[in-house]
Amino acid sequence: MSDTQQHSISFVRTETLPEREPPYAASGPVKWMRENLFATIPNGILTIVSLYVIYLILAATLPWILNGVWNTASLSECRDVLDGTVGACFSVLTERWNQLIFGFQYPEELYWRPGLAFLLLFVAAAPVLFFDLPRKLLIFTALYPFIAFYLIWGGTILTPIVALVGFVAAGFFWKNFVARSFALGFFGSIVVAFIVWWLGGFLISDTANENAAMQAVPSRDLGGFMLNMMLGVTCVSLSVPLGIALALGRQSSMPLIKWICVIFIEFIRGVPLITLLFVASVMLSYFFPPESQVDLFLRVVIMITMFSSAYIAEVIRGGLAALPKGQYEAADSLGLDYPQAMRLIILPQALKISIPGIVNIAVGLFKDTTLVSVISMFDILGMIRGPILASTEWNGVYWELLGFAALLFFIVCYGISQYSQWLERRLATDHR
Amino acid sequence: MTKSVLLGALTVAGLAAGAAAAGTLDDVKTRGTLNCGVTTGLVGFAAPDANGEWNGFDVSVCRAVAAAVLGDPNAVEFVPTTGKTRFTALASGEIDMLARNTTWTFSRDVDLKFTFVGVNYYDGQGFMVPKALGVSSAKDLDGATVCIQTGTTTELNLADFFRANNISYEPVPIETNAEGQQQYLAGACDTYTTDASGLAATRATFENPGDHVLLPEIISKEPLGPLVRHGDDEWADVVRWTLNALITAEELGVTSANVSEMATSSGNPEVKRLLGTEGTLGEMLGLDADWAQRAIATQGNYGEIFAKNIGEETPIALARGLNAQWTNGGLIYSPPFR
Repeated sequence: MSDTQQHSISFVRTETLPEREPPYAASGPVKWMRENLFATIPNGILTIVSLYVIYLILAATLPWILNGVWNTASLSECRDVLDGTVGACFSVLTERWNQLIFGFQYPEELYWRPGLAFLLLFVAAAPVLFFDLPRKLLIFTALYPFIAFYLIWGGTILTPIVALVGFVAAGFFWKNFVARSFALGFFGSIVVAFIVWWLGGFLISDTANENAAMQAVPSRDLGGFMLNMMLGVTCVSLSVPLGIALALGRQSSMPLIKWICVIFIEFIRGVPLITLLFVASVMLSYFFPPESQVDLFLRVVIMITMFSSAYIAEVIRGGLAALPKGQYEAADSLGLDYPQAMRLIILPQALKISIPGIVNIAVGLFKDTTLVSVISMFDILGMIRGPILASTEWNGVYWELLGFAALLFFIVCYGISQYSQWLERRLATDHR
Repeated sequence: MTKSVLLGALTVAGLAAGAAAAGTLDDVKTRGTLNCGVTTGLVGFAAPDANGEWNGFDVSVCRAVAAAVLGDPNAVEFVPTTGKTRFTALASGEIDMLARNTTWTFSRDVDLKFTFVGVNYYDGQGFMVPKALGVSSAKDLDGATVCIQTGTTTELNLADFFRANNISYEPVPIETNAEGQQQYLAGACDTYTTDASGLAATRATFENPGDHVLLPEIISKEPLGPLVRHGDDEWADVVRWTLNALITAEELGVTSANVSEMATSSGNPEVKRLLGTEGTLGEMLGLDADWAQRAIATQGNYGEIFAKNIGEETPIALARGLNAQWTNGGLIYSPPFR
C-alpha cells in the first residue's frame, strides 16, 4: 500500500518553504496607496486634484508662516524687516500675548492667579468627566468654584467662605427636612442660604477688599481669552443642571410648573442671544441706581446661562422622548417614586442619548462667548478689534491676530468634541 | 402686592438715579475717580497701549477733567463703550462724561437729552484715491466706483454731494472700516470715503501710504466733542471750561513746560485769571484756584495734545486744518476767561 503511494506521488516536500516577501505592489505604502488613493480612475483623479489643492494652500501659507517676524515693536518696523518679501508679522503676538490672554487691565504681576485657576480646573473637572477616578476627588470639584473665584477676583477670603457656608447650610437643611416635605426642604434651604449670606454680609466690612492678602481685581479688568474660558466654563456647568430641570419641568403633569417651563424655553429660544446681552448690559442699568449695579460679568453669565439652558432642555427632552414608554412603566412597576425613577432609570438613558446634542450646544456656547465684545467687554475678539487694532503700532494686522484666536478656539472645541466621542464609546451598552 | 413692591423698588431706584445725577461734581469728588466713557479703540483718539494705559486725543480730555477736579490725571475709570452702548451708558449714570468722537447733532442734543460742552475736533467726510488715478479734486470723480459704509450718514452725504455737482458714481457697499480698507486696496473701488481723520488713520496703516492721497474736498460737517447729561449745568460747566482752558492755553502760549512759570511771572491778566493767580474763576466752578494749571501741566494745551496723539509727527499725520486756532484761520475758539 505504501509502495503504490510512493510511486503515484513523484515528489513530496518534507520541510516548509521559507517565507517570501509579498509582491512589491501588494505590501507597504504602495499597497496602501493603491487601495486608498488610486483604487479606481476617478479616485486617482480626485487624489491628484486634492494634492494640487493642498500644494496651493501650503505654497501660499508656508512661506508666510516660516518667514514670520517675531521680534519687532510695530507693524511698520515689521515691514522694514520683511523688506517687501512675504511674511507674517507675529511680533504682535509676542508683544501683546498677555493682552490677548488676560485682557489689558489685569495686573501683570497677578497673571499666576488665573493661570493656577486654569490648571486646577483640570483637577476639578477630571472626576466629573472621567468617572473611573476616585469619587473622593468630587470634594475638590465642589470647592473649586470658590477657590477659582478667590484666585481670579482676589479680595478678602471671607467672600468665598461666606458663600460656601451658605451652600453648606442650605445642603444641611435640605438633607434633614426633604424627607418630611419636598417643598419645605427646597424653599427652606433657599431661605437658609440667603439668611447665611445676609448675616455674612455684616462680617465683611466695606474696606475688607482694599487691604486683603490677595489684591482685589474688579470684573471690569477681566478680559482676553481668560474671559471666554470663564464665561464658557461657568455657563456650561450651570446650564446643564438647569436644562435638565427645565426638560423635566416641561414634562411635568403639574400645569403651573409645566407652563412656566414651556414659556421660559419658548421665550428664550425665540430671542437672539445678542438681544439678551444688550438687555444685560444696557437695559438693566436703567433699572438700578448707579451705585448698586449688579456686576456686569454676573449679568452676562445669567443671560448666557438662561439662553443655553433653554436649548439644552430641548435636547434633553428629545432624549426623554426617545425612551420607550416601557422604561417609565418599568420604573413605576418596581415601586420607585418619581425622583428615584428619574435618577436611576430614565435620566441615565436619556442623557446618554443626548450627549451629542449637549456637546453641540456646549461648543456653540463657548464660541458665542465672543459676542460679549459687542457690549464692550474685552474678550479675545474684543481685544483684537478694539485696543490692539486701534493702537498706532498694530493697526492693519488682521491674519495673525485672528488666526491666533481661531487656533485657541479650535484647540478647546476639538478637545470637547474628542471627549464627547470617547464618552459615547465608553457608554455604548447597546448591541449593534 | 408683589407687583406694587416691585414698582416701588423701581421708583426708588429711579429717584436714586435722578438724585445721583443732580450733583455729578460732588459725586465725582466723593468717589475720587471720574468715570469717563471712551471708544473701545480708535487709532489716535483712544486706545490702551501695551501696558494697558489709555492714551489718545479723547482720553486726554478725560484726564484733563480728572486733573482739574480731583488733582490726579490718573484718577479716571475708563469705561469703553461701543457706538450702540455709549448713549445709554451716559443716560443711565454709568459714566459721568462721554469723550468718544461723537458728532454733535440736533437730535442727540435735543431729543436724546445730552449737553455737548464744546468741540474738540472738527471732522468731515473726505475721499481717498490712489495717486496713480491722477485725480486732484473730488469733482473729477465722475463715474467713479466708491467704497461706502452702508447705513451711515456718510452714505447720504455722498449722494447729496454727487447730485449737487451733477456727476455720477457707482457705490460699492461695505460693512466695516476694515472691510473698506481691504476692498480699496484690492482695487474694488476707485475711491474710499469716510471721515477724514479715519481716512488718514487708515492710510497710515498701508504698506505704501505715499501712493494714496486725500482729496481736499470735505463734504460734510462732523463736529466731535465731549458731552454730559442734560440737567446738571454745574458739571457741564466744569467739563466745558476745562476744554476751553486747554484751548485758551494754546492761544495764550501756555504749555505744559512753562505753565508754572507763566502762573507767577506772566504779566498778561488773562493768563493770570486762567491759571488762578488772579481772580476767583476756580471758586465759581466749585473747584480750587489751580484747576486749569493742573489740567494744562499734566496734559499740555490743546495744540500739544493734538500734536502728541494725531498731529503731523505721529503716524496718523493729521494737519491742523479746521482745528487750528482761530488766530491761524481755524475754528478752534474759546470764549474769554473773565
